[in-house]
Order: sequence, then structure tokens, then C-alpha cells
Amino acid sequence: MSDSVKLPIFMDNNSTTRCDPRVVEAMIPYFTERYGNAASRNHSYGWEAEEAVEHAREQVGQLIGCSGKEIIFTSGATESNNLAIKGVASMYKKKGNHIITTAIEHKAVLDPCKRLERDGFEVTYLPVDKLGQVSPGQVAAAITDKTILVSVMAANNEIGTIQPLAAIGAICKERGVLFHTDAVQAVGKIPVDVEAMGIDLLSLTAHKIYGPKGIGALYVRRKNPRVRLDAIQDGGGHERGMRSGTLAVPLIVGLGAACELADKLRETEVPRLLSLRKRLQDAITAELTDVGLNGHPTERLPGNLNLSFAFVEGEAMMMGIKDVAVSSGSACTSASLEPSYVLQAIGVGDELAHSSIRFGLGRFTTEAEVDFVAKQVVTAVNHLRDMSPLYEMHKQGIDLSTVEWAGH
Amino acid sequence: MAYSDKVLDHYYNPRNVGSFDRADPLVGTGVVGAPECGDVMKLQIRVNPLTGLIEDAKFKTFGCGSAIASSSLATEWLKGKSVDEALDIKNTSIVEELCLPPVKVHCSVLAEDAIKAAIKDYQSKNSGAASVAEHATIGA
Repeated sequence: MSDSVKLPIFMDNNSTTRCDPRVVEAMIPYFTERYGNAASRNHSYGWEAEEAVEHAREQVGQLIGCSGKEIIFTSGATESNNLAIKGVASMYKKKGNHIITTAIEHKAVLDPCKRLERDGFEVTYLPVDKLGQVSPGQVAAAITDKTILVSVMAANNEIGTIQPLAAIGAICKERGVLFHTDAVQAVGKIPVDVEAMGIDLLSLTAHKIYGPKGIGALYVRRKNPRVRLDAIQDGGGHERGMRSGTLAVPLIVGLGAACELADKLRETEVPRLLSLRKRLQDAITAELTDVGLNGHPTERLPGNLNLSFAFVEGEAMMMGIKDVAVSSGSACTSASLEPSYVLQAIGVGDELAHSSIRFGLGRFTTEAEVDFVAKQVVTAVNHLRDMSPLYEMHKQGIDLSTVEWAGH
Repeated sequence: MAYSDKVLDHYYNPRNVGSFDRADPLVGTGVVGAPECGDVMKLQIRVNPLTGLIEDAKFKTFGCGSAIASSSLATEWLKGKSVDEALDIKNTSIVEELCLPPVKVHCSVLAEDAIKAAIKDYQSKNSGAASVAEHATIGA
């Protein structure tokens, strides 16, 4: 019944995606034939490279509703986030030293914030609700006359929850605070429009949208207001002086092609992914009890499904679904277990966090793959529950939270 | 992480999964670990009153593959041993048999703890003086 699916099945599209062959095809000539430096102004190699870069800039801009002139190419979203947060902090430090973000941001946002705290900035980490959302009211209440930047992710990488960007953007605009969003998981998957959402800075990366690894972009608003940044690295003054370094032309071409493709396919991809995700969730919950959904039921990335399987341990679960590439909510190493901070932030208990699995469906996911994954998950959970003392106690009606464990 | 073939074998074909009646005076039960730590092992022995040998052993484990394999292996080793011999089972032997990497040594420690807890439970039930107190806690 597995319809000869290729194993292991890649269902981890929130971590990265397969580069679309159409994107690869667009890139290839820029490695071997049109290999000029986009900054070379005095020969045709340079001109055609520059032309390709400018075309890609427009393709990226098209996806998020801005001008190509407002796109700064970077090595990826980590660099984009660092540049946005540290660049704004450095440029606007005379105006204020307060930054607002959320507890469930990616490390590429949280860690630059932590570094700024060591340098004398104050950072507010807003908590999120049980579904993973921050409310615009929380943002408004946290803004002080020292606040220079609000950074809230568009959609969460683990639980897929989408934030109310437009409402947060409106508040930032009203209070004269810059608004940055890490939109790595959102662009190309859900509508993102920097004008409609009042976004001043936006980070994105190619490899989450079926483009190559090693290339990303930062949108930096040019008017209303004109956002300025202190560059992190010094050099030839590329990218309006905000990001020096020879442009990675083939990768940039790939990013552009990936953006255009994502924009074009979104209308058909969203309903297709929603239907596949429902098929997966329904197949699993039809066969298993005590399965919890982490994240928002509707305000959610179409391809993301994050489930907790009570009474089984995460690593054993991963062993049981060895033909499926997914991510789990914990990293079990020796005695120190670190449950996901995102799941902790939405109030998922440590033991459930350990048995949480993130399924990331994507452009290349098929119905046959979904059916295979559902079947293997059900088999693994049943196998593990048959040997789980916790499941046995649960079935006997014992409330596990009242048990005194002999911890070790 | 790459698991040894022995760990994989115990994971896919666990030996002696199940439960005995905890109230049975010939049964000793050990439950160690905690859900928030990622492992809970329940290990039970049933002792033949005539021979004094462990005639059967069962386990249920919530934990990673190495924890499951450690407890599955422990039940195999317990069968046929006297209680005193069972107390000699060391976690290092489990590590060796299953080729556990350093980060998984704690799984073997937990299995040794579970063996000792099960034996202690059995002994307290069968040492006369302690049996009354023991029934009071288990009855709950």
C-alpha cells in the first residue's frame, strides 16, 4: 500500500526544503557561463551579472510587496536577523535602548538580542498564549519611550503559529517604533505584504522556499520611514553600504527564481497542503487516542503539523519512525534533556514536549507519502504504548501528575 | 544516533513486556525514573518460593531505545537467578552487552536501580516485619 514511496520520506520541510529543479536550472548558467562580478562596471560579464541580480531583486520584492531597491542580499536568515537587530540597535542607540521581541523567536533573533543585553540594551521577551500567539495589546503595552525596535516572527518554525503581523505593524507605526519580522517560514507560504502589514524590516531565506542554501535577504524600508542600519561587516560598500561582500550571483538568481515560483504556486499549493495535512492528522487521530495538537488550529502554516503523543518518549518514537525524516521536540543527550523552549512557552509539559513530532509537509510531499507516514506513526506509538508503564497507569485511571516519582 | 544491533533487536522485539500483580507476595516491583526526565522503568520479578530463584521477570519502560533495551535485557538476565545473584548484575555489564555509548550509560544505571528496587520490594514483602508497612503503601 506504500505505493513504492522512496524511503526515507522527507517530511521536515520546516527545517529546509529540496531545491526545486526549476530553480537549479535557472542558476546553472551563472556558475559556468555568466560568471561575472556584479560590481564590474566596465565589461559585459559584469553587466549581465548585475542584470541578473537586479532581476532577482525584483522577484524577491514582488513576493513581499516592496521595491527591489529595498532588498539587501545576505548569506541567509541568520545574517539578515543579525543585521536587522544589531544594525538598528547600533544606528538608533541615541534614540533609545529598548527592544521588544517574543519568547518563541528563532535563536537567530534571540541570541543577537541577548548579545545586545550584554552591551547595555534592554530586551522585553513577550510571552505567548497557549496557541503560540502574541497579542497586539501585549506589544502596545510593552512599548516605552526608549523602544526602538519590535521584532516578532511571522510564523513559528516549530508549531507553525502565524502572528497578527498587520495589527502589530499598525501599533509600531502609530508609536514610531521600527518593526522587524523574521518571515523565514512565512514568505511564499502565506501572503506577506510589507505595506499592508506595516513591516519596516523583513528577513527571509531561499532554502525554506525550495531555493539554494547560503542565500537570504533583508528587506529594509526606504520611505515612510527610511530605515538606516549600521553595517556589521566593512568592505566594498555593496548593497547600499549595508552588506559588503561580492554578490553570490548564482545563489541570488536561485533566490529570485524560488521567490517567483513560490508566488506563482501559492494559490494551488496552500489548499493542496491543507488537504494533505488534514489527511495526515485524521489518519493518525483516527487510530490513536491521547494525541495533542501543538500550536494554532487555524492560524497556522499550511504545511506544519506538530503533534504530541502522550505516554511515549520522543527518541524511542523517532526510532519507531525510522523511515520518516521529521523533527522531535527534544534533544535527548545523557541525563540532560532539553525540551523545546517553544513548546515550553506554550505550556506543553516537559514529558509531552519530548514526545512531540513536527511534520513539515512541502511542495514535493505526496498523498502516498502521507499515508505511509501515518501508518508508521500509528504502528510506532502502539508498539511503544504497549510497553509504556505510563500508558498502563493512565488506562488504570491513575492521574500521572499525582504520582510521586523516584527521580534519578 | 546510531544504535547497536542489540539495542535495535530489543527495541523491535522486546523480551518479557508485561506486568504481574503488584499485590502478589511473590512479586517484587521496582519503578524508577520520572516522566519529566524522559525515562520511567517498571521492572518486576516473581520468585519461586520453593527454589528461591527468580522464575519470571517482566518490564514496561517509557524511555529511549537504550532504556527499553536495558530493561528488556535485564529481564532476560534475571530469569533463573537467585535474588542474591540478581543483586550482582551491574550496569557496566549492560553497557558492555548492548554497546551503549557514554550518553546512554544512564539507561543502564536506571536498569540496575530498577532491579535493586524490585528485589528490595520483594524482600520487604517477605521479611515478615516489614510486610505490613509495605502493604500499606502499595495498597493505595
